[in-house]
Amino acid sequence: KENADHQITAFLLHKQWTLYSVTPLYRFSNARLRDYARLLSAFIAAEKQKGLAVEVGVELDIKVAVSSLPDLKGSDRDQAAILVQLSSRSPASPKNSEEKLIWSGLFCCVSGDDLSENMPEDFTCLPLFLTNGAESYTSIVGSWFQKTFDCCFRRLAISPLNLSWMAAMWTGCKVDKTASAMELVFSVPCLPQPLDISYAIHPEDAKALWDTVQKTPGEITQEEVDVFMDCLYSHFHRHFKIHLSATKLVKVSTAIASAHCDGIIKFLQSQYLTGVLMLLTELAISQIQ
Amino acid sequence: HLATSLPLPSERDHLRPRIDLIVFMIDIKSKYSLKNVEASLAYVDASFFLGKVCFLVTGVGRVNYCSVEMNAIWKLGEVYCSPVLFCELELEGIRVTTAQRLLRMLEICAGHVPGVSALSFSLLMRNSAND
Repeated sequence: KENADHQITAFLLHKQWTLYSVTPLYRFSNARLRDYARLLSAFIAAEKQKGLAVEVGVELDIKVAVSSLPDLKGSDRDQAAILVQLSSRSPASPKNSEEKLIWSGLFCCVSGDDLSENMPEDFTCLPLFLTNGAESYTSIVGSWFQKTFDCCFRRLAISPLNLSWMAAMWTGCKVDKTASAMELVFSVPCLPQPLDISYAIHPEDAKALWDTVQKTPGEITQEEVDVFMDCLYSHFHRHFKIHLSATKLVKVSTAIASAHCDGIIKFLQSQYLTGVLMLLTELAISQIQ
Repeated sequence: HLATSLPLPSERDHLRPRIDLIVFMIDIKSKYSLKNVEASLAYVDASFFLGKVCFLVTGVGRVNYCSVEMNAIWKLGEVYCSPVLFCELELEGIRVTTAQRLLRMLEICAGHVPGVSALSFSLLMRNSAND
């Protein structure tokens, strides 16, 4: 089991994942994964025939694999995560040549009790969908799932409020090796040309600040997050005379993970992987409801 | 009269007409606007809070741009005993409706509506918001 965990973790870390919220899947069965792989494969081939060329020029043979990751969950009530992988092999190359992984999609639910509590039997709750790979494949796979399980995908947006929570939460996390700097990126509104402000903070300074703000270890309140962010904003204002509070926080990067308001995440620390997935599951569920 | 913050410049005090209603605008996309309003509230005479103040929260159409926590706004309304209105300035229909509402409130606060005082009206608004 340890080895499997390591593999999944290594697979998720250091990649850019695009986030979606997914409504419950109707009549999805863990026992039919092979069938789904076959059906999806046929669907992709059909889409290609229709001229929805995903790779211009090169004729690619796309192989679909759908697997279950039973250990990727928060509580026992959660559904096992489902991994969809698209690999390609050029038909010209020999039969046993390497297949290249070109797209991955992961459906998961980490501590999603809020959603699954009152869900009727026929529905499977996997509210968080992460993708890595070309957008064209995401939309094809998405369409197939929508048609087959009557579900709805929406890009997961992360508000500045939620990003501030992540900044505060992740700053408080202990990391073994030397942590990378905390970076906050702000987008300035109402300007003729777009302007982004990047604010980098030494991780130890950030942690020291958070430690003075947080009253109860293991608990975070909205007030504490506000105080933390206000301190950072006043510090910036003192030096640059710019009110960051009037801008839009669009990206937060810490040693734990980096998150962008358009719903893009990068996991950087294996020990906090489940924690971040739990937070993202919560955001996905509130977007659905 | 539109002002970016309070207090109003004292030089024009003698030329200023009576103020019947103060609408504090909070942009839900800007934490700074909330801080600004909180700081400006300190300059308002207590008598205004008997129905002549209201909070107008703008930008509510886009939940994804939310930089201000709703609880903070509700608390502000409670602490200052004033109603909280919501609108989306970018949509013309809502903009016009909100303007009409504010105008009606202004009429009441200026005493132009017989039988309805600013205080009774604000109590009515807050009670219906609580429901």
